[in-house]
Amino acid sequence: MDRAEQRARLITARDAGRVGCRSCGLVAPLGQRRCTRCGAALQSRDTQSLQKVWAWWMAGLITYIPANIYPMLRSTELFRTTESTIVGGVVDLIHYGDYAVAAIVFVASIVIPIGKFGAIAWLALILGRPHAQDTHRLHRVYEVVEFIGRWSMIDVFVVAILSALVQFETFATINPGIAAISFAVSVIFTMLSAQSFDSRLIWDRLKEGTPA
Amino acid sequence: MSGRRQTIACPICDTMYQVDDEIAVRDTRCIRCGHRLTFGRRGAIARVVGLAMTSAILMGLAMFLPFLNLTSGRNTVSASLVEVVGGFADGLMVPLAFAVFGFILVLPLTRFVLLIFALGPVAAARPAFPGAALALRWAIVLKPWAMAEVFMIGVAVALIKLSGLATIGMGSAFWVLCAVVLITAYQETFMCRHTLWTELNSARA
Ligand SMILES: [Zn+2]
Ligand SMILES: [Zn+2]
Repeated sequence: MDRAEQRARLITARDAGRVGCRSCGLVAPLGQRRCTRCGAALQSRDTQSLQKVWAWWMAGLITYIPANIYPMLRSTELFRTTESTIVGGVVDLIHYGDYAVAAIVFVASIVIPIGKFGAIAWLALILGRPHAQDTHRLHRVYEVVEFIGRWSMIDVFVVAILSALVQFETFATINPGIAAISFAVSVIFTMLSAQSFDSRLIWDRLKEGTPA
Repeated sequence: MSGRRQTIACPICDTMYQVDDEIAVRDTRCIRCGHRLTFGRRGAIARVVGLAMTSAILMGLAMFLPFLNLTSGRNTVSASLVEVVGGFADGLMVPLAFAVFGFILVLPLTRFVLLIFALGPVAAARPAFPGAALALRWAIVLKPWAMAEVFMIGVAVALIKLSGLATIGMGSAFWVLCAVVLITAYQETFMCRHTLWTELNSARA
């Protein structure tokens, strides 16, 4: 049996009038409320999925703005206080020649969050109506978005560690700025946005006659 | 055990499959989306429980050992993990300290305890505790929120940033936490949901 033939014989739980548990995989009759094996709530399709995705996405974007405007770090050295934003911190690192660290912070705090907002919006727009996209590519984007979100927390952890360690010195203090909190909240919101996707939409919304 | 047949649906794309024990001991992937349905690793439960216990003990140990040693001039101060995470906590930043503490210590530790509670009796061939299914479900849900490995990269970045200010050396807790991160990554290769749920379910019946 070749792959195309195998594919044609694939049937989803919904087509069969049943519902698959997203937690453990066991198939139950449609209408059953909880999975008998793991106790998770059963839902054939999350009809509110995209609304939740957009709601968390907006919340994440709104909290990402102050994260970039306000200082991430306030350092005081001999009565002189300097404040640095996310972008400012990266510029400083390049200035001191720490290119590798600058690259890590730049990727974790700027490239990943902005890329994630773009990728989630792209997926949500396509899945909002029947599409003729390559399902493999949509699925790949979905996987990357789900996997990568948490790595944005690096900068929040760095700020926390720096502030704590510098307190052991007497000549300088570093305090987290308000941006550290809004950045952390923004990362949490975008993780929730990505988790709200019902991945089954990728295949459900495929236009009739498009090769899967 | 033999001949047991279950109908499962791929959690990603909803394609249905018939899985029996012969299939479940192999590494299988969903034909449509490529999601790993069964990992095909022997002794998955015992490994998960053993590794979770090791990680939990190491993590407890890491809280009391020195995490970083700071030397300036002749003075050397060692800072524990709790001090490194929450040392800045005052005023507005208390919630931030709590969040960081939760992501890097409380949630990973909670996951280990939930896994041991849910699967420990099964690994010892005893009936599962009541609430074991709920515990396993939460251990899976919490996975993306346990961020010990992200924190370790953060520590590395912070050390490089501070290298001009003081001499900082890694304490024993630093290496212990590195070990926990590696053990957790290894443990994930045994977290085959199909196997875990099938075994847990037969231990409950
Ligand atoms: Zn289930
Ligand atoms: Zn699938």
